Amino acid sequence: MTTRTATAPNATLAAPSKKRLPQEISILLVLFGIAAFFEVLGWFLVGQSFLGNMSRLQIIILQVSVIGIIAVGVTQVIITGGIDLSSGSVVAMSGMVAATFAQDANWPKIIHPALVDLPWFIPLAVGLAVGAAAGFVNGWLITKTKIPPFIATLGMMVSARGVARWYTDGSPVSGFTESFAMLGNGMGRWAPVVIFLVVAVVFHVVMRYTRFGKFTYAIGANPQAARVSGINIETHLIKVYMIAGLLAGLAAMVAIARIKTAQAGMGLMYELDAIAAAVIGGVSLSGGRGRITGTVIGALILGVMLSGFTFLRVDAYYQDIIKGAIIVVAVVVDMHRQNKRSKKT
Amino acid sequence: MVNASQVEAVSSSSAIPQVKPYEYVLEVVNARKEFPGVVALDNVSLKVRPGTVHALMGENGAGKSTLMKIIAGIYHPDAGEIRLRGEAVHLATPLAAQEAGIAMIHQELLLMNSMTVAENIWIRREPRNAFGLVNHAQMHQMTTELFDRLNITLDPDAEVSELSVANRQMVEIAKAVSFNSDVLIMDEPTSAITEKEVAHLFEIIRGLRERGIGIVYITHKMNELFEIADEFSVFRDGHYIATHLSSEVTRDDIIQMMVGREITQMFPKEEVEIGDVVLSVKNLTLEGVFHDVSFDVRAGEILGFAGLVGSGRSNVAETLFGVTPATSGTIEINGKKASIQTSHDAIKLGMAFLTEDRKETGCFLPLDIQENAQMAVIHDDFVKYGFVQEAKLEKVCLEISQKLRVKTPNMHECIENLSGGNQQKVLIGRWLLTNPKILILDEPTRGIDVGAKAEIHSLITQLAHNGVAVIMISSEMPEVLGMSDRVLVMHEGHCTGILDRADADQVKVMDLAAQ
Ligand SMILES: Nc1ncnc2c1ncn2[C@@H]1O[C@H](COP(=O)(O)OP(=O)(O)OP(=O)(O)O)[C@@H](O)[C@H]1O
Ligand SMILES: [Mg+2]
Repeated sequence: MTTRTATAPNATLAAPSKKRLPQEISILLVLFGIAAFFEVLGWFLVGQSFLGNMSRLQIIILQVSVIGIIAVGVTQVIITGGIDLSSGSVVAMSGMVAATFAQDANWPKIIHPALVDLPWFIPLAVGLAVGAAAGFVNGWLITKTKIPPFIATLGMMVSARGVARWYTDGSPVSGFTESFAMLGNGMGRWAPVVIFLVVAVVFHVVMRYTRFGKFTYAIGANPQAARVSGINIETHLIKVYMIAGLLAGLAAMVAIARIKTAQAGMGLMYELDAIAAAVIGGVSLSGGRGRITGTVIGALILGVMLSGFTFLRVDAYYQDIIKGAIIVVAVVVDMHRQNKRSKKT
Repeated sequence: MVNASQVEAVSSSSAIPQVKPYEYVLEVVNARKEFPGVVALDNVSLKVRPGTVHALMGENGAGKSTLMKIIAGIYHPDAGEIRLRGEAVHLATPLAAQEAGIAMIHQELLLMNSMTVAENIWIRREPRNAFGLVNHAQMHQMTTELFDRLNITLDPDAEVSELSVANRQMVEIAKAVSFNSDVLIMDEPTSAITEKEVAHLFEIIRGLRERGIGIVYITHKMNELFEIADEFSVFRDGHYIATHLSSEVTRDDIIQMMVGREITQMFPKEEVEIGDVVLSVKNLTLEGVFHDVSFDVRAGEILGFAGLVGSGRSNVAETLFGVTPATSGTIEINGKKASIQTSHDAIKLGMAFLTEDRKETGCFLPLDIQENAQMAVIHDDFVKYGFVQEAKLEKVCLEISQKLRVKTPNMHECIENLSGGNQQKVLIGRWLLTNPKILILDEPTRGIDVGAKAEIHSLITQLAHNGVAVIMISSEMPEVLGMSDRVLVMHEGHCTGILDRADADQVKVMDLAAQ
């Protein structure tokens, strides 16, 4: 007995845990690197500072907020090993429906259901409910019919966009009450950012410290083992897709309140930006790995890039080309790092 | 090993440079491999002669699989050299190793489940027709020939996902043999198969040995060592200890070398007071899988499940635990009828279930040890207002993994990085944390070293002592016979008999198992 305890297992186990550099640090470095890159180029090419411009920073972070709120939900879906392609269309659907409950009585062109001057939380609740309902349908389809998440949410992507158009026969909705518009412009125009940060913090805590979060990771890591461990995969997945839908609804509220109009074409390709933010932030598409903090940084990277290219007056076509390339590079780098961590050294 | 004719050939043709005859087909010299926080191998050497079976022994986490992965080109050593047929080689990739004549059967199954048996075996080497397309007829033919040669009766066109674990293992074996390599590495090939398949495998190994292949064979089963191995090497904690002929040592010598101490008792079975019936199963049926299985388990009793692979033992366990709810029959717990539709129901009723296949249904590979260990207890215990009580959990998880001697630098190591046996220990820990009243263990000591095995057995005895009702499925006859109070034998989905400890012996069990 003595020789053995001396040689190891328990001894090594008790050793102070050497924590590895968290993944977020490296993504954060990428963010700083990209910002520095634009800063330097800015001085050379445009003759001004990229970061030293408060209103630009505010625009970046406002733009990031909407995608970021969606991405927090999408991240959870991806961690379960699924995917949600419907977020952009759900934004349009819940945006349109909620907008019709947010109109001011003085607006000349009132659209059905002709309920005006409602308090701000009613359209908000409607928007969240519509989003959550779409998420419920996604989750229900996936768990009950066993069709892959890709297909289920692809269907929702097409249908929800259809609903958004049908709901007002394609006409945009504007003329919101003052109180509702505060969701997008309140707190000295910082409301979207505040909402985004609250959402991010809440779900960061949920994912890291609650049973709900642990189960989400477990399902993505190994659904069969999760089942045997007593996790009800079906109801849990439905909840996760509902959260994703709800957050898409919330993002829609922030977006329409900010630009003070809702139209059926809004939110186009948001789902891809949200997925990109998660993936850049280190969330693994095969499930079980990833963090909300990573996604938040991923969303910031996307926002900084977008703004940086505009700042440098790079043509929009090039912007898309480069953005696509960066997403791919991020995934390649991430996979390489994961390989290094778990397999070949 | 150099025979006379070879020697002559060399001396008579001394003018022409000759391939030097080699004594060892495979040599590893002073290999070292470090992972973050662990030195898996430190200055390790291994020499394997052609035409021999060289066993590798050592505790869980001793570095056996790591060394094999180096030889197979999966890991690169930090230092040291590999020599094949006497010449130093650099094996950059698994492919390079294959081409150099090294084939490997991995500790965990690595087949592609949605492809057929034949496709799995010939992947990357598919026979092609004149248009460069895969020639399925020929591939089928080649598989049939290979199977005939090895006496395997499996359908080459069956999808791997439909096969039992044991049959998948046979496919892995056939695949490894099909490379016709000079060195064949087998990492615990018998951990998932029963004695019948083991005998079959040994037949195959003897055939390969006659053909001059050098076989490296990793196992935790002593009897296999004496049956099949010519030589063996022992590792401990990443260090090379010794190499001997297996004919010149005893079991105890080897254990001494492996763990550095003696293990006094293999099956520490205690007489414990048997209590009331805790679990009573009547006519349990899962249509098309097993029928009319009835038995009782009492508090403090260990009921062993024996039978051949595919006899339905694991299916009964899965049904009891709600993974695949029964189609008919009743389950009573403490005299009350229980309806178990999901595993959550089962856990709430005080049951725990260690599954057979740790990779498929056990481990959460991307998660760390802590998260793997806690997953079954965070339903109600250790949770407050939905928040898991991190600090408390950390404490109990650390305790259980120390008790089970999990070898790891810390609890936040990814479970994927643990050795197979250590992963198994974490999973056992997961279920022990739930304080079960009814414990179902499917192959509990699969891949576990002798020392830890004895400890796990005494732990099971301890639990029985505390009044837990235990069901233990095992393909290892000595384990079933040594640990059980009664043995239930299954054959093709039916219970063919329940033997008392006093009556149970190998012959009777085999009779009932094979009918
Ligand atoms: N990829 C990896 N990353 C980090 N540590 C690793 C990795 N692979 C193995 N190790 C560590 O190296 C040591 C040796 O592991 P190895 O798998 O070789 O053991 P083993 O002798 O095969 O044990 P077993 O009998 O349990 O299969 C263990 O402590 C293990 O945790
Ligand atoms: Mg191993």
